[in-house]
Amino acid sequence: MQLEKITIAQLRQQLAAGEFTSVELTRAFLSRIRATNDQINSVITLCEKEALAQATAADARIAAGEAAPLTGIPLAVKDIFNVAGVRTTCGSKILANYISPYDATAVAKLREQGAVILGKLNMDEFAMGSSNENSAAGPVRNPWDLQRVPGGSSGGSAAAIAAGQALATLGTDTGGSIRQPASHCGVVGLKPTYGRVSRYGVIAYASSLDQVGPLARNVEDCALLLGGIADYDPADSTSVDTPAPDYLAHLKDGVRGKKIGLPKEYFIAGLDPEVKSAVDAAVLTYQQLGAEIIEVSLPHTDYAVACYYLIATAEASSNLARYDGVRFGVRQDQGEGLIGMYQQTRAAGFGDEVKRRIMLGTYALSSGYYDAYYLKAQKVRTLIRQDFLDAFGQVDLLLTPVAPTPAFKIGEKVNDPLQMYLSDIFTIPVNLAGTCGLSLPCGFSGDGLPIGLQLIGKPFAEGEILQVAWAFENATEFGGKLAPL
Amino acid sequence: MKINREEVAHVARLARLSLQPAELDALTGQMDAILDYVEKLKELETEQIVPTAHAVPMENAFRPDQVRPSIGVEKALQNAPEKDGSCFKVPKVIE
Repeated sequence: MQLEKITIAQLRQQLAAGEFTSVELTRAFLSRIRATNDQINSVITLCEKEALAQATAADARIAAGEAAPLTGIPLAVKDIFNVAGVRTTCGSKILANYISPYDATAVAKLREQGAVILGKLNMDEFAMGSSNENSAAGPVRNPWDLQRVPGGSSGGSAAAIAAGQALATLGTDTGGSIRQPASHCGVVGLKPTYGRVSRYGVIAYASSLDQVGPLARNVEDCALLLGGIADYDPADSTSVDTPAPDYLAHLKDGVRGKKIGLPKEYFIAGLDPEVKSAVDAAVLTYQQLGAEIIEVSLPHTDYAVACYYLIATAEASSNLARYDGVRFGVRQDQGEGLIGMYQQTRAAGFGDEVKRRIMLGTYALSSGYYDAYYLKAQKVRTLIRQDFLDAFGQVDLLLTPVAPTPAFKIGEKVNDPLQMYLSDIFTIPVNLAGTCGLSLPCGFSGDGLPIGLQLIGKPFAEGEILQVAWAFENATEFGGKLAPL
Repeated sequence: MKINREEVAHVARLARLSLQPAELDALTGQMDAILDYVEKLKELETEQIVPTAHAVPMENAFRPDQVRPSIGVEKALQNAPEKDGSCFKVPKVIE
């Protein structure tokens, strides 16, 4: 089955025409997962029985002429999504034995369409990380170079696509966790505007920043998957009650006349020269395609990482208070009373990075420090958001690098948390501003590592950034590549 | 020094995390470095700035105060480390 350049829509046509069945397609992907998972460790839980049952049902639906865009299509989801009846670990020991009693809304929507869910994907524990090295299930390896990280926290979601283990996946993005691994693995990843996709049933990290999004091998598939999950959800009170447009309607309209802003603070000295040259070349491509390039400024960029690591950790300290061994998860009770149980359960169940962020967040919210840290960060967030709104007054969207370097080596940054945090500089501001961002492949380093470019859109302008992304993908040869694994 | 070992131990108690002495030492160093870094926010004048708690303009999302079916006792207890009847069982709270 030659799948590299094919879109989900084309596959659907082949399924409809009876060229093969969803069961055959699903078996092929399950096979691929079994053949490659030892090398990349992207799948935590394989849902073979469930997937084949879903595929069988999908085939019946297709035969009856009742297929939806994703019917019978093999996908996988980050292990942060509750999938009813399936173990959901969130990459943590503390949830090693947790079986989801319900579906996340995004998962329910995939089920409604008859998609096939192959399994739960590896991730940094509780979505805290930029390298997928913080997982209780072990690190994920980048399919393009097994000595390197795939990025994080949705490392499994990106690696699985690059290794041909799934056609598309769902991830989450709080500070770059979809866009950065997408860039490091050479796939397309989209973080929608905050509130665009329901967070119900998604294990929470930082509630004002988390967002669910699609990863795929090409822009059209990404748009299709977004269309399948973007909707108002009464079960998520932060979900917006605005209907989602048809993300495919204007996908191929081109970029003539589009004003693309280049924020000067993102094109700075520390940028890897190969990343810089790939992104510069992309800018030229966009000019050739008819877009107008304008330099803009996002003056508070330099404060975004500090701002994020106060807000996100504060919210995380609150969200992760529920992991206390009372109602779910692994309990450690050494007979030292209730508080002793809490302390030992959490000490044994959480990894180092999670503990670090809980500690920072607790401190930032604690009496005497709340104003200086958390409240201050919230005010700075206003300034950062305003920078974007001001820029969108001059241009339609922004173009930036995704990460300062291509994928780094496993173990390279684990001993310096601050260094790791600083590498999120280009993606974090988008979450603080609440708007949408997309990562798509724009080149390769001399070592053969994927390089991505980021398109940042106005709030709820996912359709526009997908359109601008498609134009680039269509004019170049970087998209749709699978790793030679 | 932005934070010392004693303050870190206090935060650990607030966070209900028991830390080994080596962990406490490592965390103190790491937190100190990170808190030192976030000091840069002080460079910004924010006296008159309204804090952003929610990035997208939205007001309280309420629904009618009507009882609706919930997850149910059986499912709710499904993952309980210890249970007794329809209750989660925990170590004694009151002596």
